[in-house]
Amino acid sequence: MIYLLLFFEFFKIGLFAIGGGLVTVPFLFDLSEAYGWFTAKELTDMIAIAESTPGPIGVNMATYAGFNAAGILGGLIATLGLVTPSVIVIVTICRLMNKYSCNRRVNTMLEGIRPAVIALIVFAGLELAKISLADLTHGLIFAILFASIRFYKKSPVFYLGLSAIVGIVLKL
Amino acid sequence: MQSLKDLFLLFFKIGLFTFGGGYAMLPLLKDELVVKRRLLSEDELLDLYAIGQCTPGIIAINVATFIGYRQARLKGAVAATLGMVFPSLLIITLIAMVLKQYMYNRYVTYAFAGIRIGVVALIASVLVDLWRKNIRNYADGTVFVLAVALLGVFSLSAVWVVIAAAVSALLIGEYVRK
Repeated sequence: MIYLLLFFEFFKIGLFAIGGGLVTVPFLFDLSEAYGWFTAKELTDMIAIAESTPGPIGVNMATYAGFNAAGILGGLIATLGLVTPSVIVIVTICRLMNKYSCNRRVNTMLEGIRPAVIALIVFAGLELAKISLADLTHGLIFAILFASIRFYKKSPVFYLGLSAIVGIVLKL
Repeated sequence: MQSLKDLFLLFFKIGLFTFGGGYAMLPLLKDELVVKRRLLSEDELLDLYAIGQCTPGIIAINVATFIGYRQARLKGAVAATLGMVFPSLLIITLIAMVLKQYMYNRYVTYAFAGIRIGVVALIASVLVDLWRKNIRNYADGTVFVLAVALLGVFSLSAVWVVIAAAVSALLIGEYVRK
């Protein structure tokens, strides 16, 4: 039963991949070696496609890898396998938090973490900036976009559409 | 309280416009949940990221599950998560089946180069707001600098940085501020 196997393998990835979407990549390399569902070359293509299509990278990777292994149903089952641990773990944590949400210690802790989370977001932003802002033109577009986001406060979707058009017009 | 259909559609939209990992969807979440619908405060959104970062599973899904659960319990968690993965399922399956060539189209490449710049600009803008609200005194500043050092200089995993911050906040709260 390849479907059962797919669900189980991606459930494992969902359970052990802690953090952003690209943490699933080493796990997928192991899968390609263990089962031959896809080659390392295909995996490289998958990463490129998962990074530049809508949707979180980790989910895109699961859908793609599952599809390569066993067609449409394979993609669906791999994706469901990936997200099931999140649902179980987070729902459990929420139930506990409801009990402790008024707890003073929990609140001190969460308040203390916030500056560290901001540091994490800074790093995620820098990683993206490294690959996205290749030269001076890109930097200039970034500066103009940033200024208009601060000034006009339109929705993020508006700015994503705008930046896609800028990319096409300027042949970035 | 949001209906299940609303939750599904909201996260469908967020999944559709998230380009990159879990942090790329932060500007969208802030706009939809904090600014437009007022379901969460900005602080609560940050807390969800802290928890999503340290718990099993990819951050994007953890955050979606979390918000869904808070709105409508288990059903809400499932609705939000399914909404979040649905665009990926549709688009990736379509690409894998028929549109592999689409990825090598010149104009698609140009558009995505533009979008990536837009994502960085949106994250930068959210960071400015977060900074103003949360880095207010020397203690906050110290935690931020230490976290940057742990991440940048010692290449510590994000999970440990969050745990270290939590433990030190707890210790300072218990023993120093008394």
